[in-house]
Amino acid sequence: MNKRDFIAIGAVLILSAIGFLFFAFQPKGGASVKISINSDVQGTYPLNENRTINIKTDGGFNTVVIKDGSVFIKDADCPDKYCVKQGKINSGSIICLPHRMTVEITDQQQPDAVAR
Amino acid sequence: MAKRIASISVFTALALIFSYIEAILPFNFGIPGVKLGIANIVVVVALYQLGAKEAIGISLIRVFIIGLLFGNILSLIYSLSGAVLSLIGMMICKHLKLSVIGVSAIGGVLHNTGQLIAAAILLQSGALIYYFPVLLISGLITGILIGIVSFSINRVLDRKKAV
Repeated sequence: MNKRDFIAIGAVLILSAIGFLFFAFQPKGGASVKISINSDVQGTYPLNENRTINIKTDGGFNTVVIKDGSVFIKDADCPDKYCVKQGKINSGSIICLPHRMTVEITDQQQPDAVAR
Repeated sequence: MAKRIASISVFTALALIFSYIEAILPFNFGIPGVKLGIANIVVVVALYQLGAKEAIGISLIRVFIIGLLFGNILSLIYSLSGAVLSLIGMMICKHLKLSVIGVSAIGGVLHNTGQLIAAAILLQSGALIYYFPVLLISGLITGILIGIVSFSINRVLDRKKAV
């Protein structure tokens, strides 16, 4: 081992540290939000982009908000408002039973299927 | 010339056996995509004992035969891109007078990098880049381990040559 070895190994370590830090501050980039009504997919949106989606169903409306890597239902005109009470989630799903609407977080990041 | 061809053949056969051992007895670290790659010991030792051209030949023959025997076209492309990038990097590092351990460490890192690039192109997906830091570290560790073994083998072989 000489000085050049340590420089090379150090460079790789710094590079991977930068990589880890960079991805640590990116809220779940691979995941996406899938909204469906009656199990028909209405749309899929990336979890790391803030946006507001108005969903109209036969029963009424739901306002889905994606913000800072989590998703929540801001407003709905269903009687029980369980979906609104469920608050912010960044995994799993929110279900509005009266409107038959589901908001699901799907993790599309599956490197192990590839990196064999 | 005959001696050179014989040496290349023996090295290639050894590399194939190491690949075979690793195929039936994988040294798993519990992380997907991470393996020791003991066949690279042969390539690193060949780079020092025989030369760059010979090491390239041994590595490419090994990748093609292993791809035909145990893999499919996809795994062949992954291994090939990893092997090529790692060989180029190791030759540059050797030229820059890094020790065997440093050369092997960079080889390990670039092997993983090449495979990741191939996978990203084939899958048309940038999502894999999230796995890059993990593969950098694992390539570094396995590369250093391979380098330590290659260093010991080189020392024995150099001593034999001197006698």
